[in-house]
Amino acid sequence: MTMVSEVQVEAEVEELNPDVPLLQAMLQLIKRQPLGAAGLAVVILMILMAVFANFLSPYDPEANSLEHMLVEPSWIFPMGTDQFGRDVLTRIIYGARTALYVGFTAATVGSFLGLLLGVASAYFGGRFDLIMQRVMDVFMAFPLIIIALAVVATLGTGTTNVIIAITIPFVPQCARVVRSSALAIREIPYVDAARSLGFGHSRIILRHMMPNVMAPFLIMFTSFLGQAILLEASLSYLGMGVQEPTPAWGLMLQGGAEEYAESAPWVAIWPGVAISLAVFGFNLFGDALRDVLDPKLRSR
Amino acid sequence: MYKYMAKRLLLMIPTLFGAAVLIFLLLRLIPGDVCELRLAGTGNYVDQEAIDICRENLGMNDAKIVQFFDFIYGFVTFNFGESMWTGKAITYEIGLRFQLSLQVAIMATFVAVIIAIPLGAISALKQNTWVDYVVRTFSIAGIAMPSFWLGILIILGLLIYSQAWFGEAWMPPIEYVSPLEDLGQNMLQLIWPAVATGYRYSAVATRMTRSALLEVLREDYIRTARAKGLMEKLVINRHALKNSMLPVVTIIGIEFAFLMGGLVVTEQVFNLNGLGKLFVESVLNSDYTMTQALVMLVVAIFVLTNFVIDLFYAWLDPRIRYS
Repeated sequence: MTMVSEVQVEAEVEELNPDVPLLQAMLQLIKRQPLGAAGLAVVILMILMAVFANFLSPYDPEANSLEHMLVEPSWIFPMGTDQFGRDVLTRIIYGARTALYVGFTAATVGSFLGLLLGVASAYFGGRFDLIMQRVMDVFMAFPLIIIALAVVATLGTGTTNVIIAITIPFVPQCARVVRSSALAIREIPYVDAARSLGFGHSRIILRHMMPNVMAPFLIMFTSFLGQAILLEASLSYLGMGVQEPTPAWGLMLQGGAEEYAESAPWVAIWPGVAISLAVFGFNLFGDALRDVLDPKLRSR
Repeated sequence: MYKYMAKRLLLMIPTLFGAAVLIFLLLRLIPGDVCELRLAGTGNYVDQEAIDICRENLGMNDAKIVQFFDFIYGFVTFNFGESMWTGKAITYEIGLRFQLSLQVAIMATFVAVIIAIPLGAISALKQNTWVDYVVRTFSIAGIAMPSFWLGILIILGLLIYSQAWFGEAWMPPIEYVSPLEDLGQNMLQLIWPAVATGYRYSAVATRMTRSALLEVLREDYIRTARAKGLMEKLVINRHALKNSMLPVVTIIGIEFAFLMGGLVVTEQVFNLNGLGKLFVESVLNSDYTMTQALVMLVVAIFVLTNFVIDLFYAWLDPRIRYS
């Protein structure tokens, strides 16, 4: 057990070293984790796209235009227009907002709840742990998309409900992983020391145990980001997610994509490229993070 | 061993029971029931009496707890009753689609294994070379690409290339034909969804193969094998690969279990009448009995697959003994 904590400390020191200038740190990252750096670049690009959407595109993402239905890609509409005459590129740029909003909210809430439950489950142990584990088992036995669909059917469609539907299956996944790390940490004497000093349960959980399971937590968090974007796209594609006219990538593939696949392939291709690139970026970045944080894989 | 098996089988009961409670409650929370949807769904005026009669017939006026125990009793006695929406026996409706979903799941798993094990092995053997990077990028791309988009691209590709090469656009057949009747026709239809999902599912297995093999390659017995002058091919095939298959088998097994119910999106793209599509329809129709039966089926398959994987472990790795 001591070995695990030692390596983690080492990783943190490396991460937090303040003397390295930003540019040099970035070059180091590119050299050591080329795929991770590429992923990070995609993520940053996507965030910039979402933030500056208004400046990047001269068109309204939601306004229909009868004169410009299914126009081929050209200088005016670089990715063509869809069956309602809306510029595809504009909708992709604004779609980044929806994707990031859903992705970050679902991943943050889901992984934090999972962290809390996982650490508490490991800390209290006994009957509480046993019951928690059985509840997690139930949730984990459902395919992700089935839980999400059932929740959306219950709450109704729309962005907020989609976020809730995606968050729910994340909680047990994260809790399971965090619990197994927290079980190891619970055995380290400082937890006993904290308890003998008379600290309360919540203080030990929040201040002493949680910071030490950050590595698995961060890994889960980044993997959730990609998963959430993909899940939102799937739900929207099925017509049970984000609703028109909100620009969302999965939704763009729902309406016209199959119908016009032959006559206007750009409607079907570009939103998929956007989804794939975004998830790809988050996954590459997450992988690199795992390499840095996971002591077991580090030496490779 | 038998004691362990009995214990594991008993532990399935709380999971299945929890799933039953969860889906029962979720369904009852969905606004609008099957009678309202069936009678008033078309927008016509329906008097309350007709809806009441319909509810009475379907037993929806019974207390919730009675309904719940009916459902559990039906599940335990394998008597699932009729679909609230179509009125046909649930076993019949599921039976119609089960074969298709099972076949796609098996084919997709097959595709995933064919892709994952060789690629994962190459990636591990050529660690940190360009080959490794290409394979890793390829497999991460598999996770990143939504399977429905890959499906659209495949259909689009088939259309365009068949147009260019044969002069007429070709699409996979839409009618499902049993493989026992006409294997060729059946394959023409199902190979594409199997490839689209198989590629996606291969990604996780590829990475698992890579990391498991990397771990095994550091073991002492590999060094011993090399030291005694064994051919590299034998070292890899007989010693390293075989011993690294344990986690890979787990991943493949779990994914197979999920595939049975998780094909929802793929079935939508390829217009396949499988379990996933049936699930979406029955949720939208508030078809309580059908949704409950489907969920219990998917969960039961998942739990049983996990059990089988554990037993498979002991067979694969003689050091593992359950007691």
